[in-house]
Amino acid sequence: MSHIIILAVLDGIAYGSLVFLVAVGLTLVFGVMRILNVAHGSFYALGAYAAASLGLGLTALGLSPWLSYPLFVVAAAAVGVVVGGALERLLLQRIYRHEEALQLLVTFAVFMILDNAQRLIWGVQPYFYSEPLRLLGNVSVAGITYTAYQVVFLPLVAIAVLVALRLFLRHTLAGAVIVAVTEDREAATAIGVDARRVFLITFIIGTTLASLGGALAAPTTSILPGMGADMIVLSFAVAATAGLGQIEGTAVAALAIGLGRSFAVFFAPELEVLMPYLIMVLVLLVRPEGLFGKATARKI
Amino acid sequence: MKQGGKWAALAAGLGLSLMLSAPVLAQQKPSEIKIGIATFTSGAASVFGVPGKQAAELLADRINKKGGLQGVPVKLYFIDEGAGAETLTNEYRRLVENEKVDVTMAAISSGSCVNLAPLAEDLKMLNLLWDCGTQRIFEEGKHRYNYRSQANATPEMMAALLYLLKKKPDFKTIAVVNQDYAWGRDSWELFSAALKKLKPDVQVVAELFPKLGAPDFSAEISRLLAARPDVILSTSWGGDLDTFVRQANQRGLFRMSTFVLPLAESSLQRLAGELPDGVIVGARGDHYFLHPEYKDDADFKSFVEEFKQRTGSYPIYPAFHMAQAFAALEAAYDKAAAANGGAFPDREKVVDAMSGLQFRGYGRPITIRPDNQGLEAQLIGVTRTTSEYPFPIIDDIMIFDAETIMAPPGKNSLEWIQELDASFLETPAKEYKHGK
Repeated sequence: MSHIIILAVLDGIAYGSLVFLVAVGLTLVFGVMRILNVAHGSFYALGAYAAASLGLGLTALGLSPWLSYPLFVVAAAAVGVVVGGALERLLLQRIYRHEEALQLLVTFAVFMILDNAQRLIWGVQPYFYSEPLRLLGNVSVAGITYTAYQVVFLPLVAIAVLVALRLFLRHTLAGAVIVAVTEDREAATAIGVDARRVFLITFIIGTTLASLGGALAAPTTSILPGMGADMIVLSFAVAATAGLGQIEGTAVAALAIGLGRSFAVFFAPELEVLMPYLIMVLVLLVRPEGLFGKATARKI
Repeated sequence: MKQGGKWAALAAGLGLSLMLSAPVLAQQKPSEIKIGIATFTSGAASVFGVPGKQAAELLADRINKKGGLQGVPVKLYFIDEGAGAETLTNEYRRLVENEKVDVTMAAISSGSCVNLAPLAEDLKMLNLLWDCGTQRIFEEGKHRYNYRSQANATPEMMAALLYLLKKKPDFKTIAVVNQDYAWGRDSWELFSAALKKLKPDVQVVAELFPKLGAPDFSAEISRLLAARPDVILSTSWGGDLDTFVRQANQRGLFRMSTFVLPLAESSLQRLAGELPDGVIVGARGDHYFLHPEYKDDADFKSFVEEFKQRTGSYPIYPAFHMAQAFAALEAAYDKAAAANGGAFPDREKVVDAMSGLQFRGYGRPITIRPDNQGLEAQLIGVTRTTSEYPFPIIDDIMIFDAETIMAPPGKNSLEWIQELDASFLETPAKEYKHGK
């Protein structure tokens, strides 16, 4: 039994790490900009497609597959800056002052457009790029073979992103400006902070994180149209469980949901699909503001 | 003119006009035969839907080059199954009522077929169920306008089970990893019910039903590695199957268990070296671009080559299923015209012609049974790496006749399975080795 628990914990950590990378971008964007970006899942998919395309390009050019690792970051940043930046500048800036339902509808429309764009560019057949996963080889735990990429590399990246975000927001001037706009946009603007610029940078960081999640998922999964839809639903569950806008809480919620899912596979497979949402519902029943959310008085 | 003469003249005029118009009406042909096709052009199942659509376009071009069906060119109208059940139903109704299609081919998903078959009956629209697998439709109701131009889930599962029991009978444990929706659940119900009858001592050590479209199977693979089943069955398809195979291969699961993948013919070209030798793979029928009985047939070769030329890939089973639906339609128009004294048949005469229809796509000939279900043979074999293709081919092929491995008309499949005994293991099959 104990070795089964070890296996379930390892699988949960690996899965939770990937989900965290995507969900943390969603929660960052919501925390700062108060926009629930339904198109966030599209950035996950675009990141995966971009990483796989660049990786396959490396192979075609006969270059070292180790270069795929820095290319993942390049692919994610390119998607975040180009597509995320354009989306924020051309569309979102026009709807910040409109009601939330409109914001949801607009980002949903963007999701549909980007989903179709993926189909037009990459077609409908699944793409694969598993070379980076092979490079790191396997590890054996309790007699069971795991890929080092999933149980070592992905959790390390998740921890690095969490620490980097924390340091950035708490210990840098740019981070302090973002926190100031989050706390009180009007006051921050009054003392000279360019809130428009803060929103743009935040959105680029958020979408880059989603793309990075997609790029890092690329070696482990089939890349195909529609992959963003599942991830956005899961990310919402994680972000809501944590409390929207809670970065550290997102890590804990992603881990809890990852562990819940993997334990379900081992002990109650019928609950596997339901588990993330069961956890979310149970948490929200007890703490409607989420695990780490703070109850606040509504401003009139 | 006198009153009587006036009436006589009118009657004569009417009679003359009827005499003139009757033969004209009998010979009148429409300018085109409109075919409405439901397929997945979006979503995960577009891995099947798009090759099906590409095959339909190729086949329509070929038919039109030959002069059409009974001299009438065909025109295709596609609707997307990926749009969801409600939109699909509305789109189907639009095809029939607004576009005035003459025949429909719907659909890939069993859920779509379950929704659209009653609607086709209501609209009196000839519908060919061209790819969906659920056996329930023709077992649970009578139809006049719905016909299936291929097999159903029962022979597909029985062929896989028989192959396993004939080739690798000494297994004691089995696990299943199927997608969590109707096909995944129903196919396991059929397979496990028959397994229990034919080899009751086998223990099921894991029943896993991950979400349709799941991006990761790590936990499932860990559990399977821990459970060490002798056999692992998965009726998954598309990206789900590809991801599962890649992750399982990377972690050595193929070295531990015999895999049975009844839909993997459709993934062979994508998976290439990821699928090791010795995996049992099926093709949902007896269609395969290296079909041992037809691979040297000129028509077969021409279809495979043209499809490869147009799409960059060899045809997979949905393309062959589409070819069967077109073959059925062509045969139905020919049969109906012959029964109509050579004149172009109306729609009801084409529907009449579907009963007992015999036709051939690019596999063995198919017959429509009295319950409107097609009798399609089943091809199954194991993966083998060769130097001829950059992906595994299917070797050690067995082809089962349809009648021997499916419930007879009017019989529920699960009830039929309960009546199976050891003699079922003796079901004959023709066997083929690659290159021989």
